[in-house]
Amino acid sequence: MSDAAAPAAAGAPWRWLLWLWHELRIGLPIALIAAVFISTMFRDPFGRTLIYSLCIGLSIQFLIESGRHLGSAWRRRRDPAWAALGSQWPGWVLMGPWSAGSAVIGYFGGSLLADALTGLHHTRNPLGSDLRPLSLILMLSLGFTISAVYFFYSRGRLAALQAATEAAQRSAAEAQLRLLQSQLEPHMLFNTLANLRVLIGADPARAQTMLDRLIAFLRATLAASRSGTHTLADEFARIDDYLSLMAVRMGPRLAVRIELPDALRELPVPALLLQPLVENAIRHGLEPKVDGGRVEVSARRDGDTLVLAVRDTGVGLAADAAARDGHFGLRQVRERLATLHGARASLALTASPDGEGGALATVRLPLAAAP
Amino acid sequence: MTPRALIAEDEPLLLQGLRAELQAQWPELQIVAAVGDGDSALREALQQRPDVCLLDIRMPGASGLEVAQALAEDWPAGEPLPLLVFITAYDQYALQAFDAQAVDYLVKPLQPERLAACVQRLRARLAERARADEPQALQQLRALLAAAGAAVSERLEVIQAGVGNVVHMVPIDEVVYFEAADKYVRVVTREREHLIRMSLRELLPRLDPQRFWQVHRGLVVRARSIASAQRHESGKVTLTLRERPEHLTASRLYAHLFKGL
Repeated sequence: MSDAAAPAAAGAPWRWLLWLWHELRIGLPIALIAAVFISTMFRDPFGRTLIYSLCIGLSIQFLIESGRHLGSAWRRRRDPAWAALGSQWPGWVLMGPWSAGSAVIGYFGGSLLADALTGLHHTRNPLGSDLRPLSLILMLSLGFTISAVYFFYSRGRLAALQAATEAAQRSAAEAQLRLLQSQLEPHMLFNTLANLRVLIGADPARAQTMLDRLIAFLRATLAASRSGTHTLADEFARIDDYLSLMAVRMGPRLAVRIELPDALRELPVPALLLQPLVENAIRHGLEPKVDGGRVEVSARRDGDTLVLAVRDTGVGLAADAAARDGHFGLRQVRERLATLHGARASLALTASPDGEGGALATVRLPLAAAP
Repeated sequence: MTPRALIAEDEPLLLQGLRAELQAQWPELQIVAAVGDGDSALREALQQRPDVCLLDIRMPGASGLEVAQALAEDWPAGEPLPLLVFITAYDQYALQAFDAQAVDYLVKPLQPERLAACVQRLRARLAERARADEPQALQQLRALLAAAGAAVSERLEVIQAGVGNVVHMVPIDEVVYFEAADKYVRVVTREREHLIRMSLRELLPRLDPQRFWQVHRGLVVRARSIASAQRHESGKVTLTLRERPEHLTASRLYAHLFKGL
C-alpha cells in the first residue's frame, strides 16, 4: 500500500514513527549521496555539506510531499471517480511544476535553514556574480528532486495497481459466491429435502432415485461455481436432474420436454448457463399458476450460431416482468455471456410466440468461438 | 366436539406427509380439506369453517399470508377465527415476523418433535378458545402483513391507464380510491374511472402509505378523501367519501385505522 495508508494500518503509537520512516528512508540516502558528491567536487568539509544537503533535501521533500498530499486530497474531493481508484498521485500536470518549484524554493529555504544551524553564511545570493557553482547545485538538486518524485510516483502507481488487482479478485470471488447462492436457492433445497424425507418413508426406491438426482445437481452446481465449461449433453443432463427434482415436488403440475439433437451433444457451453433460466420458468412462470404447465428446453443450430431455448407455458411475462427482469438469474446469464463472447452472444426474454402463452428465453452463442 | 382442520400445501408429497404425520400425532383431528393452492384454500375454509388452518406461505394463487388476510376479512362475524399455522421452507423475513408475533409456524422439512409441540399448543388454545382472543389474533395478523409488505419500490406519481390507443395520465393525487378487480385495478377519480393491468399487490408498494390507506385486501383509499367512518357490530366500518357518492367498506382487519381522538 502507499505510504499514506500503511501507517494508518499500524497501531496509534507507531503511526507517526512509521510514517516518518517511510519518508526518511527516501530523503536521507539522497541527501547523503548529494553530500558525498558535493564535498568531493567542491572539496568542502563533509560534515557541513551534509547539514546543508540534509536541510535542502528534506525541505524539498517536505514541499513535494505536502503538495502531493494536498493535491490528492483536493482531487479526491473534486472527482469521486478518481478517489475510488485509491491513488496517492494527483498527476504530472499538477506535480511537474510543483516539483520544479519545490526544488528551487527548497534549495534556498534549506540553505537558509542550514545557515541558521551552522552560523555560517554559505547561501549563495541568486543575483550574485558566482553563478556557475550555483546553477550546478541547482541542477543537482533538481536532478535529485526528479528522481525522488519519480520514486514516489512509481510507488503510488504500484500501490494503486495492487489495490485494483485486489478489488478485481474480490469482485470475482463475490460473483462466484452469488452464482453459487443463486443456484443453491435455500427454498429449493429445503423443499427438495422435505420431499425426500416423505419419500424415504413412503417409497424408498423413488427416494433413492431422487437423492441421486440431487447429488448430481449439487455436484454440478459446486463445479460450475468455479466457472468451468462442459458439453451441451452434460448441460442438458444437469437441467434434467433439476427438472426431475422439480417434477417430484410439483407432481402433475409440471410437464417437461427436453430436446437435444445428437449433432450438438459435444459442443462446449458454460456450465449451468441455462439453469437460472429454467429456474425462472418454474419460479415465475409455473409456480404462480394453479394448473401448472410445461417447461421445454431445446437446442438447435442456426448457421454458425448455437440457439438454446427455455420456454414455459406459465403465467407469462406481463404480470411479473419486472420481478423477472430484476432477477439476479437473468443478469447473471447476461454477464456470463458478455464476459465470454461480448456482443456476439445474447439473451432475449419474450412472450412465447404460439397460442399456449408463457415466456420464452433464447440464448444465442457463436459456434466457432465457443469456449 | 371434534376439532377440524384445513391443510393448504402445493407439493403433493408434502401434503401427503403432513397429513399422515398430523393424523398420527392428533388422531381425533378431522382433516376436512387438503388443497394445493391459495384460492382453493380460501374457498374451502369459508365453506368448511375449520378450527385450524395450516397454510403454506408460497403457493400458486394466493399466498398463505393472503389467504389468512382474506379469511380474517370474510370470516362470518360472531364466529371465532380459525387458529392459523404457517408453513415455509425458507423465508428469513417471514420467520423473523412469525417469531416476533409469536405466531405458530412450521419449517420444512417437518420435524416430528416440532409438529408435536405445535399440536400441543393448538390443542391448548382450542380448549380455551373464546371470542376474547380475536383482537390479539387480528393484531398478530396485521403485524405479519405489515412485515410482508414492508418492501418499498419507487413511488408512483402518475397512473398511466391505457384505453385502446390512448393512455390517460392520472395524477396520483386525483385518485380517490383503488379497487382490485381480478388481475386489474380500478382507479377511481372524482369524475371517472380507469382500469390498469396491474394487481393491487404490485401497486401497493408503490403508493405512499401516509396518503393512501389500505382498508380492505382489495381496497386502497386516499386518506384525505374519507369524509366519515361508521363502525358496525360486525367490526366492519362504512366509509363515506368527499368526492364520490358511493360508500366503501373497511374490513375489521383495518378497522383500527378509524378511531376517534
